[in-house]
Amino acid sequence: MLKCEQLKIYQDKICVALDKCEHYQKFKVYKDKVLALGNDSLEKTIAIAVALCLVCAVLVSFSAVALKSLQVHNKELDMKKNILDVAGLLQEGSDIDSAFAEKIEAKIVNLETGDYVEDMNAAEYDQRKAAKDPALSVAIPKDKDIAHIRVKAKFAKVFLVKESGAIKSIILPVNGYGLWSTLYGFLSLDADGQTVQSINFYDQQETPGLGGEVVNPKWRELWKGKKVYAETDQPSAEKGLIESAEMGEPALSLIKGVVDNTKPGSQYQVDGLAGASLTSTGVTNLVRYWMSNEGFAPYLAKVRTVKGVKS
Amino acid sequence: MSAVLLNDETKKVLITPLVNDNPITLQVLGICSALAVTSQMSTSLIMALALTLVTAFSSAAISAIRNHIPSSIRIIVQMTIIASLVIVVDQLLKAFAYDVSKQLSVFVGLIITNCIVMGRAEGYAMKNPPLESFMDGIGNGLGYSLILIIVAFFRETLGSGKLLGIEVFKLTKDGGWYDPNGLMLLPPSAFFIIGLIIWSVRQWKPEQAEKVEFKIMSISHGEGGHH
Repeated sequence: MLKCEQLKIYQDKICVALDKCEHYQKFKVYKDKVLALGNDSLEKTIAIAVALCLVCAVLVSFSAVALKSLQVHNKELDMKKNILDVAGLLQEGSDIDSAFAEKIEAKIVNLETGDYVEDMNAAEYDQRKAAKDPALSVAIPKDKDIAHIRVKAKFAKVFLVKESGAIKSIILPVNGYGLWSTLYGFLSLDADGQTVQSINFYDQQETPGLGGEVVNPKWRELWKGKKVYAETDQPSAEKGLIESAEMGEPALSLIKGVVDNTKPGSQYQVDGLAGASLTSTGVTNLVRYWMSNEGFAPYLAKVRTVKGVKS
Repeated sequence: MSAVLLNDETKKVLITPLVNDNPITLQVLGICSALAVTSQMSTSLIMALALTLVTAFSSAAISAIRNHIPSSIRIIVQMTIIASLVIVVDQLLKAFAYDVSKQLSVFVGLIITNCIVMGRAEGYAMKNPPLESFMDGIGNGLGYSLILIIVAFFRETLGSGKLLGIEVFKLTKDGGWYDPNGLMLLPPSAFFIIGLIIWSVRQWKPEQAEKVEFKIMSISHGEGGHH
């Protein structure tokens, strides 16, 4: 009740202030004049349009600003859930925050050198924001930009799952353009930096039911055990471009139709999405881009070597 | 409040859209989202709730200023009000029902173009007082919801053996007896179900069937008739 009374006092105060205000009086006179005008007069049409836009804009921006913190929190939680999911650690009903803190270690990787960056706070670093910051990002040359993302952050935030000190899975952030939207997701690899564990897209606006099926668990299941890089006994044309001695170019791709597992090379192939060839091409390109020298190849090469990644 | 609710007009606008003047089965509006979001009961319920609220509040708002809307920018004014409300609903969903809002994705935004909202604004709210328009919006929203829930009920139970995510038929892949019908998870199945609903409603209430617009004339000459 107290609040009500307080509000009333405020209201009265505002009314008194408004009454004194010259502009408000002018506005009131104008309002009455406009409302009395014929509905189809030019002045009223414009006045109504302006007033309506003002009211709607205030309503929309108020709701957007007031709900922002809740939405950001939801997004973070969702991101953690996706990382746990791609690592195969998501359990129904468990607390996501604590499971994430317990099992997942975030690291910042310098994409150029492939080394860890220790003087940055991994928990606070936002790679998607950094990609938009000129100081933290680099433009991708057009001929190399197969994923159509134009810029990339200099530093990537990767996630490691460790079991008794040894790396169990490496979770890499990937993004690239599909049909309608940029797809953002995670690719999780075995410690060999070659075998796929899982892939997951947490932000995409592809056609629901067609390209949107990139989030379908059944389709994502098909990625398990696939190989990213062409192995040396199957020489790739541009072999040798990559620093790593044993690994060739990224060879993983989505094909039209269903993969024949008996054929050689099927370890590099995943079923394309039915009715979504552009999204499928986009996914192939984004995987190839991020697994190339432009992306995580230098880092993965260092993970594979005995010395490991420098800090 | 109860006196207002029992008002004949309010009662009429609340109840007739359920069966007698259902926006989906009789007016055949809002089919697009009815096809897209009904593969699960939970998304259908949220979509139904969102559409009902948007229709009700936009109708009330449009009706409140109906006497001052210049006819030359009438549709734009309605669209602006509807679009603003839809954005607010979308923001609310993102804040309080994040998973559902991700599943609904573009379809929340597409409420803006849902013919039911526009249809009620133009067809009812422009000519009637705010409270009745609000109730008319609720009524039409409920009519839409009813069909959505029926469609989602069949699609989710037959398509994935679940209802609201709870198992009702044990699937063969989990050692049960039910082999799910994959077609039910695809949008075309909603077409069949809505078609069947429209057919049964029109069997029950024959006055809803449209009159034949023209008759194909029988051919009186030639041999065409013998086959």
